[in-house]
Amino acid sequence: MKWFWQSTVAILILAGTAAAQTPKSGGIMKIYQRDSPASASIHEEATFSNNVPFMGVFNNLVLFRQDAPVNTPETITPELADSWAWSEDKKTLTFKLHPGVKWHDGKPFTSADVKCTIDLLQNKLADKFRKNPRRSWYANVDAVVPNGDLEVAFKLGRPQPSLLSMLASGYSPMYPCHVPTREMRTNPIGTGPFKFVEFKQNEIIRLAKNQDYWRKGKPYLDGIDFPIITNRATAMLAFIAGKVDMTMPTEVTHPILRDIKSQAPKSVCAMVPTNVSINLIVNREKPPFDNADLRRALALTIDRKAFIDILFEGQADMGGALLPGPEGIWGMPKEMLTGMPGYSPDIAASRAEARGLMVKAGYGPDKRLAIKVSTRNIPTYRDPAVILLDQLKEIYVDGTLDIVETSVWFGKIERKDYAVGLNLTGNAVDDPDQSFYENYGCGSERNVTAYCNPELQKAFDAQSVETDVAKRREMVWAIDTQLQNDIARPTIVYGRAGTCWAPEVHGYTQMINSSYNGFRFENLWLDR
Amino acid sequence: MTGYLLRRLGLMLLTLFGISIIIFVLLRLVPGNMVDILFDSAGLVDPAEKARIAAELGLDKSIPEQYLVWINGLLHGDLGISYVSEKSALKEILPRIPVTARLALSAIVFAVLVGVPFGVISAVKQNSAIDYGLRVVSLAGLSMPSFWLGLVVLMGFAALTGTLPVYTEPPKTTLEAFLLVAVPAMTVGFRSSALIMRLTRSAMLEVLRQDYVRTARAKGAGAGRVNFHHALRNALLPVITVIGLETAFLIGGLIVTETVFNIPGLARFLVESIRNRDYPIVQNLVMLTAFIVVTINFLVDLLYAALDPRVRLGA
Repeated sequence: MKWFWQSTVAILILAGTAAAQTPKSGGIMKIYQRDSPASASIHEEATFSNNVPFMGVFNNLVLFRQDAPVNTPETITPELADSWAWSEDKKTLTFKLHPGVKWHDGKPFTSADVKCTIDLLQNKLADKFRKNPRRSWYANVDAVVPNGDLEVAFKLGRPQPSLLSMLASGYSPMYPCHVPTREMRTNPIGTGPFKFVEFKQNEIIRLAKNQDYWRKGKPYLDGIDFPIITNRATAMLAFIAGKVDMTMPTEVTHPILRDIKSQAPKSVCAMVPTNVSINLIVNREKPPFDNADLRRALALTIDRKAFIDILFEGQADMGGALLPGPEGIWGMPKEMLTGMPGYSPDIAASRAEARGLMVKAGYGPDKRLAIKVSTRNIPTYRDPAVILLDQLKEIYVDGTLDIVETSVWFGKIERKDYAVGLNLTGNAVDDPDQSFYENYGCGSERNVTAYCNPELQKAFDAQSVETDVAKRREMVWAIDTQLQNDIARPTIVYGRAGTCWAPEVHGYTQMINSSYNGFRFENLWLDR
Repeated sequence: MTGYLLRRLGLMLLTLFGISIIIFVLLRLVPGNMVDILFDSAGLVDPAEKARIAAELGLDKSIPEQYLVWINGLLHGDLGISYVSEKSALKEILPRIPVTARLALSAIVFAVLVGVPFGVISAVKQNSAIDYGLRVVSLAGLSMPSFWLGLVVLMGFAALTGTLPVYTEPPKTTLEAFLLVAVPAMTVGFRSSALIMRLTRSAMLEVLRQDYVRTARAKGAGAGRVNFHHALRNALLPVITVIGLETAFLIGGLIVTETVFNIPGLARFLVESIRNRDYPIVQNLVMLTAFIVVTINFLVDLLYAALDPRVRLGA
């Protein structure tokens, strides 16, 4: 908590300082990139490795304010849409588009492009995306209806206030109708502040200032280079030595942050929540974990504080299905959480209950349950998995680590070829719709445990329709309570991560309840 | 001689053919395929879409069919399309060849320039302080992992000069360009130089005890002439073999150095492509590496004859 306020205050002070200064134009900024994204097409990827370098190429209809650390419905601002309005029945959302906007190839941006983008996302066109990870976001959109070149209406099946939040995410850029999807993967055309120059795998991604950008005077930078540095130690040394102006956002861990501050004391760093949860996945379809008691026992043995202390030096958060406050705007309050299985501060009592359940299922000190705990072969997955193994021993479960290469991980999960797994889940938008439908919805492609509760599915829809925020929050907490009691996908911890930049860099705001929405970069400038 | 050359060339082709089959089959036996990996990055799994992409990439064909398509393309200069970048595999591979070649050759030149003379000195000054010192250095060279040494060098550079010889953009000055090649080349060449030094030393020690060396000395030849003309030339055969092997190793084995120094070369690209199951890139890169290794071995065999008149190729 203290850390949050320190970070927030630091961010606000920095934002305020930057605002007080007059931005300077010019300069090429360098931000290191941790890996080669699979493509340049934001709509086809589900990693911020893609958003960071390519978000600046595009614009959305609306966007979360880039200078506000917390994404909320109130921080949604116009972008390609000058304004928007809901119909009385809340089933039509109409946007007035900004006139005179051009794509980077000179063609005009019109309402047809908006329709085209949503049609692509709904797989309605002949030219399809190779991958379409966020199709479920637009499941409630019946049609997109242009009215002239500068107006477009979204017709919804039922009211869904969160649609606007999803359209404001960095994951929701507008695509040009006249450019094939294949071309967008290798040579993206947008309307954004930066034009795509080149993407050399394992080497560099380069953007240049869009001289004809429709927001006059922006961007300030002449361009941004993203040298791809896959070795984290090299990347951090490159930052310390001044070869890059900024680390990749949220790539700095606590120990690295200390190194940076000792070797480059003038650098500016922010250590913030990322809305990425470490969670436990349990195969509820196969023995022995088709037994609800055993699933509950697993949840009860988790000592979240140990995870927080070991992995994040005490600076991370316990939460349910949604990021807890004050950073998160929908998460259950702490006092509610403590009543959930495995969230009690009395770990000994929880584990005693867990051992009772194990004994009831026929296990005990003389008959321990041997399982494999599967996880991806990435440090952020492996490290918590090791801690989990240790905690499982407390309840007669002997786990062995099953480290799975990234290339095999999702196939394995898809086949349900695992008993227990340690997983990470990132939320692009801090909104219950995105989290519930994607991660817990019946039949959702990203619901990796295949948890399905038809009653709860109805509750998902009910909260989604609710326009009264206070009422909706109550409904969301009730759903979250049920998810935790059902051991749907126990959240172990919400982590924190850092970003550092050189003191010459201004106009950057590190968002704290999403890692996917803050990279338009049109406000960045260099004081050199 | 001509018969020998033809036999060796035939053997080279046969080896390459065998390698092509092994790499092709192995790559497809490894769990996980390109389509799964594409979906990994999207975080979802939809069997219908997976099948569509598998067909788009030609992965729905049988393995023999896929092999024939690849070999046919290879023989016609068409290496296929990278599954990841969707660009021509040739265009992806070509710019990286000079980067790795420059690094590997610089490393081996450094290794030879350091390893051979110091190996000779160590042998000639056997059991002296210099010999002990050089043996400790060579042992350190063989013991230190490249990634550790690379990071230590980088940290030293950052601390002492405030700059870093890692690749983040094309070099702007000659000095920068030199450092970007020289520092990683010395780092990776250090291990090879240690190996060459130790081998040169032991080969020299054996040769220095030969009668003809004693005879040369008895005839009044100077130490330099005896050591470098008479002894070294005859001690070089095993060293040449190791230099050849090291060169071949460096072409494909620079992964750690390229990663630590962030060099956009072939080795890092190969590993990344294996991780992504980017078959067209992996197959062609492994074939290229195999071709280089086989060719180097062939050249080493030819060098034997040039260095040692007792070796008669084709006899």
